[in-house]
Amino acid sequence: MNNFKQHSILPGFNLALGFTLLYLSLIVLIPLSAAFIRTAELTWSEFWIIVTTPRVVASYRLTFGVSFAAALVNAFFGLLVAWVLVRYHFPGKKIVDALVDLPFALPTAVAGIALTALYSGNGWIGQYLEPLGIKVAFTPLGIFVALTFIGLPFVVRTVQPVLEDIETELEEAAATLGANRWQTFAHVIFPILFPALMTGFALAFARAIGEYGSVIFIAGNMPMVSEITPLLIVTKLEQYDYSGATALSVVMLVISFILLLIINLLQWWSRRRSARA
Amino acid sequence: MTTTITFPLSGKTFQQRATQEPSWVRRFLIVLALAFLTLFLFVPLISVFYEAFKKGVDVYLAAITDPDAISAIKLTLTVAAIAVPLNLVFGIAAAWAIAKFEFRGKNLLITLIDLPFSVSPVVSGLIYVLVFGLQGWLGPWLAEHDIKIIFAVPGIVLATVFVTVPFIARELIPLMQAQGTEEEEAAVVLGASGWQTFCKITLPNIKWGLLYGAILCNARAMGEFGAVSVVSGHIRGSTNTMPLHVEILYNEYNFAAAFAVASLLALLALVTLALKTLIEFRNKQHQTQRGDE
Repeated sequence: MNNFKQHSILPGFNLALGFTLLYLSLIVLIPLSAAFIRTAELTWSEFWIIVTTPRVVASYRLTFGVSFAAALVNAFFGLLVAWVLVRYHFPGKKIVDALVDLPFALPTAVAGIALTALYSGNGWIGQYLEPLGIKVAFTPLGIFVALTFIGLPFVVRTVQPVLEDIETELEEAAATLGANRWQTFAHVIFPILFPALMTGFALAFARAIGEYGSVIFIAGNMPMVSEITPLLIVTKLEQYDYSGATALSVVMLVISFILLLIINLLQWWSRRRSARA
Repeated sequence: MTTTITFPLSGKTFQQRATQEPSWVRRFLIVLALAFLTLFLFVPLISVFYEAFKKGVDVYLAAITDPDAISAIKLTLTVAAIAVPLNLVFGIAAAWAIAKFEFRGKNLLITLIDLPFSVSPVVSGLIYVLVFGLQGWLGPWLAEHDIKIIFAVPGIVLATVFVTVPFIARELIPLMQAQGTEEEEAAVVLGASGWQTFCKITLPNIKWGLLYGAILCNARAMGEFGAVSVVSGHIRGSTNTMPLHVEILYNEYNFAAAFAVASLLALLALVTLALKTLIEFRNKQHQTQRGDE
């Protein structure tokens, strides 16, 4: 214990840490390890065949491609929304600010059926897109809409506090030195925001990859076309293909862990950058 | 805290002009941002309530007083009533250890607490099937003793606890780190027991953070779909939570009823956001008051 913990006169360390570790082990770590241990029962070639069948590869391509596109759109509009909320005044701003978190609070199934109703052929938005030849519901485009909704708050909420902390002195200095407004944004403000923007993008992307509830209603779920990887896991599970479902979830878990690592590095970079600015 | 130095020569009008965009740019950006939010946030939200009441109030009331709906509401409330307090205790214990003491491996522990956020909901459900399901580690033993966890309420509770583990802890850790340890140390030096110190010093300091985390945790616990869907077995009137009930009604093309139950969940989301905003507003006021002293 000597080197492990610094001395403190406060009580309860052993109890608190002991309970924390026990709880985490029982609820999180042991169940998670089950996925890896069950997959280890497969040989490497068996595992490889399961996770590279054409239907599975098509689901990866769809899941990652659409998640990336949705996170990209969220990066652009999230930055815009954060900018407008921090820098400008307009009526109803406080309500808009509060509602940005709606995708965090609204159950995904509710978001899923609402978006499907809106974008289907006779829905509020779908009826205008259908004549133009744009089908959204039951196509990959619908998945894109759902994932954009789900990831919307991430970029706003990571960029907003950094933007609030930027001193106007920096911008005044740039203006004094002859920069126009766009130059000040591109060369002074944007570099400060960039790490936070990347963090928000990565969070939105990570969330989109695992998303299930909002997507399955709007996706149409056609194998090879609009079937996301999490749905494929559920399908395999419903067919009692436990090793298949588990192998796929190990792939998903490994990707999630890599993303988590990247997000932690980005946050560390973001904190260092804003501390210097 | 930084102080703003105002130079007497630079008038306020000049400052604003140099660090602000032309008004047409401002207006354009506001309209663009609001158009995006309207399309992706406000319209979907309104459509939930519109679709719920489209066939009239009678249909709406019939849908939410249907016995299956009532049992789904009851189950959702029960699950949240178990999951939130469990994670509340966990959050306090984890934050106490992490924020009040220095020890090795702390960052790793924080990452582990955040882990459930980066796991796909479907995978969160699946891992419990692997442990407690009939094919799982404990499956044969549980079957022998006639204990049902998967496709029963305990499985739903476990999956919900898993996905909501980080909410309260990650709210409390930065808050308690910022508050430091001086107040608690003073109490201990003056002879207070650990329990007294916690109840009289720490708890009053963190009560708003605790409430904030509990509200967010509750919203997710009541709304979780993917993880619960994998472990529930979808038995009507017995293992269906509200989000699962919405799915069943929707897949039966009973759209009005699906949206009626969904509108209750949307209402929950709105109440959650309102409470969250209220606490944030209160905290901000509290901070400025402290700053003025």
